[in-house]
Formats: sequence, structure tokens, C-alpha cells
Amino acid sequence: MHPFVLERPCDLSAVLALGAQAGRNDAPVEYIAGGTDMVQLLQEHVRRPDRLVSLAGVLDDGIEIGPQGLRLGAAATMAEVAAHQGVVEQFPLISQALLNSASPQVRNQATMGGNLLQRTRCPYFRDVGYQACNKRAPGSGCAALDGENRWHAVLGTSDDCIAVHPSDLAVALVALDATVELRGTGGDRSVPLSELHRLPRDTPHLETVLEPGEVITAITVPANAAGLRSHYLKLRDRASFEFAAVSAAVAIETDGARIRQARVALGGVGTKPWRLPNVEQALADKNLEPGELRSAAALAAEGAQGRGHNDFKIELMQRAIVRAVEIAGARA
Amino acid sequence: MTAALIGKSVSRVDGRLKVTGAATYAAEFEVPNLAHAAVVRSIVANGRLASIDTAEAERAPGVIALVTHRNAPKLAYQPHKGLPDAAVGERLHVLQDDRVTHQGQPIALVVAETLEQAVYAAEVVRVTYRNEAAATDVAAVDPVLPTGKPAEWEIRRGEADSAFEQAEFRVDQTYVIPRENHNPIEMFATIASWEGDSLTLWDKTQWVHNVAEEIAAVFGIAAENVRVISPFVGGAFGSGLRCWPHVTLAALGARVDGRPVKLVLSRREMYYGVGYRPHTVQRVALGASRDGQLQAIRHEGHQETSTYEEFTEALLSATRFLHACPNVHTRHRIAPMHVHTPTYMRAPGEASGIYALESAMDELAVALSMDPVDLRLRNEPDRDEFKDLPFSSRSTKECYRAAAERFGWSQRTAEPRSMRDGRLLIGWGMASATYPMNYAPASALARLLPDGTAEVMSAASDMGPGTWTSMTQVAADTLGLPVERVKFTLGDTRLPRAPVHGGSMTMASVGSAVQAACRKAREDALARAGSNDLEEAMERLGQVIEATADVAPGDETKRFSMHAFGAVFVEVAVDPDLGETRVRRIVGAYGAGRVVNPKIARSQCIGGMIGGIGMALMEHSVVDPRNGRVTNANLAEYAVPVHADAPPVMDVIFVDEHDPHVNPLGVKGLGEIALVGVAPAIANAIFHATGKRVRELPITPDKLL
Repeated sequence: MHPFVLERPCDLSAVLALGAQAGRNDAPVEYIAGGTDMVQLLQEHVRRPDRLVSLAGVLDDGIEIGPQGLRLGAAATMAEVAAHQGVVEQFPLISQALLNSASPQVRNQATMGGNLLQRTRCPYFRDVGYQACNKRAPGSGCAALDGENRWHAVLGTSDDCIAVHPSDLAVALVALDATVELRGTGGDRSVPLSELHRLPRDTPHLETVLEPGEVITAITVPANAAGLRSHYLKLRDRASFEFAAVSAAVAIETDGARIRQARVALGGVGTKPWRLPNVEQALADKNLEPGELRSAAALAAEGAQGRGHNDFKIELMQRAIVRAVEIAGARA
Repeated sequence: MTAALIGKSVSRVDGRLKVTGAATYAAEFEVPNLAHAAVVRSIVANGRLASIDTAEAERAPGVIALVTHRNAPKLAYQPHKGLPDAAVGERLHVLQDDRVTHQGQPIALVVAETLEQAVYAAEVVRVTYRNEAAATDVAAVDPVLPTGKPAEWEIRRGEADSAFEQAEFRVDQTYVIPRENHNPIEMFATIASWEGDSLTLWDKTQWVHNVAEEIAAVFGIAAENVRVISPFVGGAFGSGLRCWPHVTLAALGARVDGRPVKLVLSRREMYYGVGYRPHTVQRVALGASRDGQLQAIRHEGHQETSTYEEFTEALLSATRFLHACPNVHTRHRIAPMHVHTPTYMRAPGEASGIYALESAMDELAVALSMDPVDLRLRNEPDRDEFKDLPFSSRSTKECYRAAAERFGWSQRTAEPRSMRDGRLLIGWGMASATYPMNYAPASALARLLPDGTAEVMSAASDMGPGTWTSMTQVAADTLGLPVERVKFTLGDTRLPRAPVHGGSMTMASVGSAVQAACRKAREDALARAGSNDLEEAMERLGQVIEATADVAPGDETKRFSMHAFGAVFVEVAVDPDLGETRVRRIVGAYGAGRVVNPKIARSQCIGGMIGGIGMALMEHSVVDPRNGRVTNANLAEYAVPVHADAPPVMDVIFVDEHDPHVNPLGVKGLGEIALVGVAPAIANAIFHATGKRVRELPITPDKLL
């Protein structure tokens, strides 16, 4: 483990002054919140910051539901949000995604902001025994393209990176049109969650649009996402405590057996949390009938590219959408 | 006299220690003036070290010593082969030359004041390599017969080839099991402390005496001068049978820096130096008559091994006696690769070989349109046809009957995809299981104290199956004392020698020694005091009475074929759209001789069932064939079953079996057979559910889409 100084500023302005940069491997200063991912990266020598800026105690950890919708303080833990009565009742998709993530111990420690900024599980990124990883060492190549890529992305990939964004929470949130509130030395701004993460293109080491020093302070979900029929379906090799092979977040408004409007996002398959507007459009005005769902879900495969071991995800993700819509539609 | 304790469900005597954290594991011993070690490991699979730049590491804070092959003391590496070592080849010598033969090979050792300092310094050691072509793709390696007489590796009975050709019903398929790692929760750890030429090791191991003998041979000192202490083991599953190179590294670090040194492997390192179940490819050909009589079995298999040792396991041995068949041909080969040597992992050989055999039997039952239980009953042998010996006992028929009845097997409809629960496909499958009865020389000491308590000891190990408890129970039962008055001790080379804690032999061997020592001590005390009551006798004698006993097998292996047998029945539910399989029920019946503690024995068996779910559905060390690195060397991406994967119903039946031949206690061992048969029963159930025969484990959702 590279030696580092742990900075523990007492307020947010002192935090910002330290200029930490989340999600960039060459950043000499980086944030640490719950630390469930960062500590692994430090232990594996993947991250070697000189300074770690602790966000403990300086960020809002509140969970509020009002006329504007849901507001999650960036420091709220996965466990707190998952169990929050209002979230469970009005935004069950978020609670389900969280409860399908990690383990109770991890959920007690990990925060909302940190969850969105956790790094990919790509084994080539996380094993410094591999030299080629464009995300870890820009320009070094991608060992996953022709490697053991069963875990890897089929959507949003490039010839430089096929790493999956691992968060379940982000998949549910992006389906619900969530926005992240940011604070930096230049002030506050809001970014739709769908725009927080970048596609890898030829710069996979640049993972987000965060400016140096900027922190996520809160996540908001608009009120119109409340009370939808929804389901978070997560598929994996074992029943719990594993990242998704494929996951589908679905929220629908229905009129009897007819879908009025649908929101669909996928996890485990995209280089970022993957919203599917074309599938959503195709689902609108369709009946909750397998054949119709199936043809709409097929649009998810547009632009999908497998790399061998992960080819199965292209078929499985379509089936996951169908199933998740069926389950959501069957909810009272 | 208290009631008999053997056969009673005594709760774990070390349970409170474990759940309160008071049990001390290898890395937790407090040794004064301790320094910490970290290992630099190769990132190539074959070649030579071109350069090692240690300048920055040596300047790093807290570094006490940095050892590479250039400055390491020349170690004696005297010949030594313990039972778990590969019979052919030479163990890895660490830091003795510039040769690299596998990924993760230790190439430098850092000793520092703190763990963090050691790890950091190890990280900044700069190494360059001269790469050489490496065999790291198991599919590209041509298997060869192991060294030795070909007759040992290729065994024939009758004329399997012609009988197969003539058989009316035939199955000929290939089955693959990928590399699996043991993944115990406790990381391997060693604390080494020298005083002159005497060494103390606090170590995670399944055999303290083997560690002492191996390290003595490596350093060229007397084994009596090496004390190994290992009271608790946080799971091992076979990974702690051998004494691996990290133990040498810890002792070497302590030798070089003159202070006690602690070395704890990281989770990633656990995939590069403590063995694994080898990748196995097996072809099974079965020929049978219309009425289901087996006429030919051909079973050939090969498995990966290293370039420096020939690891082999009992992959094909059960094929030679499990089912009756006049024509049998087995051939065992190895695929030497630039990997570190594999090792025994729970039910080594049997778990893998019987997966292939019992899958093929299921395919044959389908081809014959015969119930798979009927097929096995039709081929039930009345003696071991390979050794041409009677079985000391064999309860297969009782196991099939008891498990089938408990399971409700008669309700099964034979047609694949014929059983459903809503949209889920339900499948019922079964398989046979067997594992040899192993019994090895063992010693124990019993010491009776005037206060009516007893101390009993043997240098055994307890990696989880409950040795602490079951030995206490055997001792208390034999002495006629309540459990609370008997203190059993294990895990220290100063105690009487026990055999390796593996091969399901601890109860048979150590248990028999404990029983013999306690019997002697009791008889001695009663005789001296002229009493029939031990507590009264001890009070009257007012002195310590000690007895030791050594037990060893006699000629029973020449007279009998001795094995435990079992049957495993499984229900799975498969989502046909999403490919997800969940095991809903497992019923296992075992004829394993006497059961000393039903509660702990059941725990062993459900552990094996859950392990079998892992083997069937998820476990897979994903080796990058390009360079031999394990790409999922962590517990997030290497999936082992979690609680949610354990079925709500796990029924364990021990059929009544009295076997007077196996050993004095009449036990056959349970640790390994509990895993055997589970994976094939699941694979067979998945076929029954889906009509899809997946012949490569693990059966992950992508294979069922």
C-alpha cells in the first residue's frame, strides 16, 4: 500500500480546497467516503494517491421525501436508504437495487456518493500483475478485449475499454431520471445521473464529468418517479452478494394491461448505467404480453457487441427486460 | 458411570471460543518483537529473472531485510516427502535461483517493522524478466502418462474396447471440471521465531508434524528442533495438507532478520501458492445391455499439474469398483503446465471422477429409458471386482432406498421438462457417492488427575469438522466421565503424533488412539485403586495416572475393500428464460460406519452439500490461458455459495452400519464423501428439468439459455 496522508477536514469548504479528484488513477489526491471500494484498490496497489481526503462527517446523510421528490444525502448509507420507509413505499426500485447489492456489512458502510463512483470490477483493472489496462495506465492497452471477458460490457464499449460499471443503485436511479448535485470550488451545479459517467471511448481513464475537487453532495429523484410499478431484476451465478451478470431496472405506468409509459435501464452490460430510450418508446402503448414485450426488448441489443465470453449477455439482457416488465406489471 | 457419549449430539466444546473470537488462529498469536513480511511474486509464468532493483524498497521506511535469490542463504532442501506431497518431482525451492516456473512464484521477501511498510516496500521492488514460452492453456497441452509403471496409470479388467463396441446401448461423452480453489475464510499465516537452531512456528496447517519435518529438511536441522503450534484452523479443505513455500519464507525471514516474523497471505496470494483442485478433462464410455447390465466402462481422465511436480489424485479409482462390470479400462494422465502444483481439495479424485461417472450413468439411464436408481441397483456388485475382495460393509442399496423414500423419488416423472412449478422447470436427479475408509497410525496420551478430571491429547488438527469435540466425546465415553471433565488438546508437535488431518481419517485414526489411551489409563487407575468407579479411584489414588497408546491398521486392507458409500438426491428449479438454477432440496444417505456425533456429522454433510452446490453451479478459478493468471482471484468474482444458495431442505440420513473390520471405533469418515455425488446429482437434475446436458462445470446461467 502506497503511503498516504489521510486528511480529515472539518467542513466542506476545507474539503474542496484540497482539490481531490474522484475516479482518476493518476490523481494524487482522492476522496474516501465509506471506503468499501477504495480500501480494496489501495490494498491491491491499483490506486496510489498521496493524500486521501475523508468525507466523513462533512456531507449530508439525510433522506428526505417532499413535493419535489426524493433527496438522498451523499453520505447516506446503502443500508439506511434501502430500509427507509418512504423509499420502500414510493421508490421501491431504489430499495430493491440496494438490497440486491453487496452484503449487509458493506451496505452499512458504503455511501450513496461512493456507490456511484465505485470503480469497475474488471479483473484486468484490479490486478496490477497485468500491465495492459487503459483505465489504470492510459495507452497501455486492454487485456480484456481478447481475455476472460465473461464479466464485461456489451453496450457502450470501445476498442480501448469494455469494463462494466458495477453499481446496481445507479441503474435504478438512472431509470428514475435522478440528478446528482455537485459542489466544487466554483460553486454548485446539477448533472443528470445519465451524464455523470462518461463513455470510455479512447479515454477510459476519464470516468466522470467531475471537475477536480468536485464532490457529489446529494442525489435527487423527481416526484414523478414515485409510485410507479417497478422491479429490479438481478441475474448472477449465485443468489446473493455478487455483482450482476445482467440486471434490469424497470418502472412502468399502466392502464389495465396496457403500458402507458416505461423506463428501462440495464446493469452488468454497460460501460455506464445504461438507459434504453428506444426500448422505452417501443414499450409505450404495448400490452403486457410476452410477444410484444419481447420485440420491444430486442431493441436493447442495438449496437451491442460481445467479445466472446460475454456474448450471452446480449440475449440474457433482453430476457431480463421482459421478465422485469412482467413482474412490474403484475404488481398491484 | 455416565451414559454412553459416542453417538450423542454433543455441541462443539470450542463453539464459545469461536463465536466470541477467543479462539487463537495462526496470525493472532502475540509474539514479542514481531516483524512483518511481504512477498514479491512473479507476473510471468515461465522464464528467468533478468533484474531485480531493490534500491527503492531498501530505502523505504521500516524495512529490515530484503531477500532475493541473490542474497538468500543457501537452504539445505534435504529430501523430504510427506504424504500430501507429490510422489514424483521436487517441491518448489524459494529464492534459490533466477528460474520462474509459474505466476505468483515468490521472487523476493521483504521484512519490515509493520505490515504496511513491508507491503509497500514489496510493491516498489522493480523486477524484469526474460520471458520464455509458457504452457498456460490447459486445452493446448497434450496429456502424458505420469512417471512410473504404465500399469499403474492404465488399468484393465476384461476387454473394455470390444465389449463397448458390441454393447447395445452406449454412452461416450467428455466432462470438464475447471480449476477450483479451496477458498477457506482464514488466510494462510505463519509466525516464525528462532532461538539458536530451534524454531517455533505458529502456523495454519492440517498436519503439524509434517510442517516440522518439511521445514527441518528445508533448513537442514533436526525435526525435533521445530515446534509447530496450530490449535485452530479457519477452514482448509485440503489446502493445509502440504507445507507450502510461504512457511519457508516466514522462517527464512526470521532467520535473516533475527526477529520473529509474521507472514499472512493476501486473498489474491491464496490463488498462487497453496494449491487448488486441478482442471480435469474426463471421457467416459459406458456400454450396457438392454436390461441395463453394464458391459463396458472406459474412463480416461487427465488433469493439470506443474512442470516441477507430478500431482495425481484418485480420479478413476471409484470407477473400478463402484458398479459391477466385467470389462473396465481406466487411464489417468497429466498435463504438465507452467502453473504451481495443484493439491488435494475436499474429496480429491472422487469428487471429480464420480462427477463424470455418475453423469454418464445418468445418460445411460436416459438412453435405456430406465430409472437411474434401478440402473444402479442392477449393477450393484457383491464384492470389489477390482481388488477381488469382499467389502467390509457396503450399504449402497440401503442408501438408495432410504434417500429415495425420504425424497419421494417414486413421484418423479421420467420425461425431461415434465415437472414444473409455475414458469420454473423442476428437475430431480441422483448420484452415488463413495470414499475410501482411511486409517493411519496415530498416538494419544491420556492423563487422569486426582480431582477426577482428565487431559487427553494428540497432535491432531481441526479445520472445522469438530475434532476438538468428537475426541473429547470419545475420551469421556471411554473414561466414563462427563464431557465437562475431559480436556482434549491438539495442534502441537509436542503432543503424541497424529496422521494428516485429511482423507477423512481423523476419527478412525486419532479417535481409535484416544479410545485406546483412555481405556489403558482407566483400567490402570481402577486396578491400582481396586475400584470400579474412576472418580472414586482417582480420589483414592491422589496421583496422576498417564497412559499412551499407539494404534495402527493391521492386515484388514488385504482382506477387505473398505469404503463409505452414499446416495444423493437433488431437486432443482431452473428458470428456462433466465438460466438460473436454484437447488431446492438435497437428501443424502450415507453408510459411513458408526457416527460419533450426529449433530456434527450432519453439519459435515450439509457443508459438503453446500460445497457441492458450489462445484456444480458456480466455482471456477478463471485462468487466463494467455499467461496463467487467475482473473477472479478474490471472493467477489470467485463465487462460492452463500446462505441464499443453501436449499431450505438438506436432509442427512445415516444408515445403520456396523463394520467390525475397519478400525477399533468402527467409523469410516465423513468429511469427503459428503461432497462426492452432489455435483453430478445436481447436473443430472438440471438435465431432468431442462433436457439440456451440460458437461462442463460450473453450470452457470449462460450455459442454460
